[in-house]
Amino acid sequence: MKTALHGGLRLPGNKQRSTQKPLRLIPAPAQVVLPLDQHAGAAAIPVVKVGDRVLRGQLIARAESEISASLHASVAGTVRAIEPRPVPYQRNAPSTCIVIDNDGSDAAASAAAVDYAALDPRALSEYIGNGGMVGLGGAAFPTAPKLRRGQQGDGPQLILNGAECEPWISCDDMLMRESAQQILRGAAILCHALQASRCIVVIEDDKPIAERAMRAAQAALHDERIVIQSVPTIYPAGGENQVITTVTGLEVPASGLPSDMGVLCHNVGTAAAIARWIDDGEPLIRRIVTVTGSGISEPGNLEAWLGTPMSELIAQSGGYAGSIARLLMGGSMMGLALPRDDLPVVKASNCLVAALPADLHLRGTEMPCIRCGNCSEACPVMLLPQQLHWFARSHDFSALESLGLMDCIECGCCDYVCPSQIPLAQQFRDAKPALIERLTSRQQALQARQRYESRDERLERIEAERQAKLAEKRKAMTQNTTSGG
Amino acid sequence: MIVAILVMIAIGTVLAAVLASSSSTAQRQQLLTERINERLPQTQCGRCTFTGCKPYAAAVARGEADINQCPPGGDATAKALADLLGRPPKPVDPRFGAVLPRPLVAWIDEPACIGCTKCIQACPVDAIVGASKFMHTVITAQCTGCELCVAPCPVDCIEMRTVTDVALS
Amino acid sequence: MTFATSPAPHVVAPNSVRRVMVLVLFALAPAIVMHVVFFGVGLLVQVSLGVSVALLSEAIALKLRDKPLHPFLTDGSAIITGVLLAMCLPPLAPWWLVVSGSAFAVLFAKHLYGGLGSNPFNPAMVGYAVLLVSFPAQLTQWLPPQLADLQLMRPGVGDTFYTIFMGHLPAHLTWDAITSPTPLTSMRNSLSMGMTMQEAQANPMFGALGGRGWDWINLTLLGGGVWLLVLRIIRWHIPAAMLAAIAVPAAVMNAVDPGAYPGLTFHLTAGASMLGAFFIATDPISAATSNRGKLIYGAGIGLITYVIRTWGGYPDGVAFAVLMMNAAVPLIDRYTVPRVYGHAP
Repeated sequence: MKTALHGGLRLPGNKQRSTQKPLRLIPAPAQVVLPLDQHAGAAAIPVVKVGDRVLRGQLIARAESEISASLHASVAGTVRAIEPRPVPYQRNAPSTCIVIDNDGSDAAASAAAVDYAALDPRALSEYIGNGGMVGLGGAAFPTAPKLRRGQQGDGPQLILNGAECEPWISCDDMLMRESAQQILRGAAILCHALQASRCIVVIEDDKPIAERAMRAAQAALHDERIVIQSVPTIYPAGGENQVITTVTGLEVPASGLPSDMGVLCHNVGTAAAIARWIDDGEPLIRRIVTVTGSGISEPGNLEAWLGTPMSELIAQSGGYAGSIARLLMGGSMMGLALPRDDLPVVKASNCLVAALPADLHLRGTEMPCIRCGNCSEACPVMLLPQQLHWFARSHDFSALESLGLMDCIECGCCDYVCPSQIPLAQQFRDAKPALIERLTSRQQALQARQRYESRDERLERIEAERQAKLAEKRKAMTQNTTSGG
Repeated sequence: MIVAILVMIAIGTVLAAVLASSSSTAQRQQLLTERINERLPQTQCGRCTFTGCKPYAAAVARGEADINQCPPGGDATAKALADLLGRPPKPVDPRFGAVLPRPLVAWIDEPACIGCTKCIQACPVDAIVGASKFMHTVITAQCTGCELCVAPCPVDCIEMRTVTDVALS
Repeated sequence: MTFATSPAPHVVAPNSVRRVMVLVLFALAPAIVMHVVFFGVGLLVQVSLGVSVALLSEAIALKLRDKPLHPFLTDGSAIITGVLLAMCLPPLAPWWLVVSGSAFAVLFAKHLYGGLGSNPFNPAMVGYAVLLVSFPAQLTQWLPPQLADLQLMRPGVGDTFYTIFMGHLPAHLTWDAITSPTPLTSMRNSLSMGMTMQEAQANPMFGALGGRGWDWINLTLLGGGVWLLVLRIIRWHIPAAMLAAIAVPAAVMNAVDPGAYPGLTFHLTAGASMLGAFFIATDPISAATSNRGKLIYGAGIGLITYVIRTWGGYPDGVAFAVLMMNAAVPLIDRYTVPRVYGHAP
């Protein structure tokens, strides 16, 4: 199995601009908007009503299904509304949000530190879930169910992902520089929750200051379980599967999860948030957001309370500078282009890029595919984007399935190198739902068939038993007749 | 030249014999039936005039039924069968039933149910739970929408609804 | 504030179809210069005619198909077709030869199949094959290289223009006097007459590597090809496989019977070996998709070329080899889909 990343791109990082100043916590805004579904999985269910007074850090919505996360108030104040509001991760459909008016008191809910080592792993993972923890690398997958899956093995290997490979984003870099001890504390907590014997912290080699800080913290800690590993800076080496392959040399099976291989991967920001919850009793109510781009006057990394309007972060960074071509949430390869800047900061908001035209190189006129093969050279998942393109155009779903469309991680490497400027990543994003529907209906048909066949079998068996009983009765009757006379 | 023609005929005969002997007709028929059945939606509704999806598949394999007799499968299934058999595709024949834009599932009005088990016996995939004199209910996730349970109900308490309607009710 | 949106990714490398085509033209330029040095200005006339007709045919086809002229006309692909076809034709070929070949290539082999990106066959090779089969006589009228030690009659610039545009030689020249077979044809004729290879190569037309003049042209094409490899416009799989599949059988047969079979240096510097390996077989649209497929594709072309050259009816087999492997590409692609990450091999 290979260890090196296949394909990938060496991209200009554009991270210098935003790492010149230390982290800064910005003041809480007058109103916060907290979407109930700002994580992967089912939306949280509110436990407060309109008009309720809430404290900072108080539970306001509960996770009610296996894959969900709870939500906490990021400011103290009154619940103004529980209603649909526009959210950054959904273009056309507003999501139900809890809107809280800040009363300025900054009153915090009582927070108790917890001795995590006294808890058993199950209880610890549940407690971590109570803090509203989700992956802070950008996908916002709820941490508690992920830990539960990891607990099913015995002592998995824990990997902390500090790669941060996408251009422009530098929040993990700054976190590692300034809060290395907190991250390693989170690593220790996670090791206990997973009964892991080893934790490898992965850092890309374009972050020498962060690496030094982490190594210093690790040396001071004297915890032999924790190892710091530097990896080459290639996009998208920070993708979960890619990090796992780089560290372990094994590939995550397509039909499985890393936990099936005895590996679990968490973002360094998630580890720090877990440490803050366990040690300080503060649930996930704030996060670091990189505010950058040539269109920002004073780029940097800000720590913002969840639900803060993004325009507030822009204002705290000196405002816009020039005519903005795009406002991106995320980096330049996978970030979402936002239609407006008054959307709330959510758990997945790792970066805001106010990009001028010179920062981006937007696609030109789309030409037909010339089958040059640049895309398959660049694809980290070893797909043939060229073939996926032809079959996506002709809606040939069985070909798309056999060529591995569902394995596409939508990193955009194929787009980047295409001389015909074809929007490949978007085409694959559009084709996936139709393919998923097809796969699901095939799964359902298989189930229906199995039930039908077992019912058929059952009816036949009942009929055979009945015939056997009748035959016996007949035999007994004829015997009686002959013997009875 | 004659020799060349004779040699070609001989080679052709040998190869044809090899191909023909590689599988019996019965095996081929069974394989084809299996392949057709895989492309059917397994609703087991009987709209195609056969008692289930497998009998229909066998009939298509024998050439006794056409490829467009399955309304639950819709035009997609008719096309899949056409591709498999190398025939031109055709839309579903409306005489066998209408192709529905959204899948429907059965729903029991539980207060009206008298517990007669007639619908349970009718369901080909055991998607209704219940017992005699106890209330019956449809497991929505297992219901294929075949509608075989609607007719037997003596109190007409079972009807077809879309999945979202059932979820909201 | 509101903003415009577009789907990710938001940065794309400044690459374009036109950039790829322009770099290929730059890579061909030294070889064209070398060709003119050895064989006169005829090639320049052929190239001009070929490119003009290719562009004109492309414009007509785009109009008929209701497609916009920009950016398709200026993407450079028709220019490449015209240049490659012209490079395969004798320098004094009549004007209607390159004109009909070029028009056929662009109209039939490219646009009838759906235009840029959709042609299964290499358009320049289709045009050349049609000309070769329809007008074999004209395609044998090659000139000898302009080397000081060879005292041969040469048509001047005026004669060149006259011959091409009038379709026949001026009164004071005859074909027998001015033409000379290519190294491949010469070698073929000599071997069929019973000479050994060494005797055939004693002819002053042959140098240390192969046919003189032609060897230089092939070397500049090799240089241009390597430059394209360095720029990552083409990948190494097809050229390496094709050249290996010519060189290995040549070396083997040469070892078996040195008198009857030319060695690998001759084959690699003769005919369209280098042009084929780096510029024709590497046409991405008609080539195989995966790297393993490309190796098979290139090897197939090389092997068929060698077979046609040695035992077939034509002196050079690159064109037919390319067309035959183009036909095999869907089959090759079907069986060389690479393993995807996370799937069993």
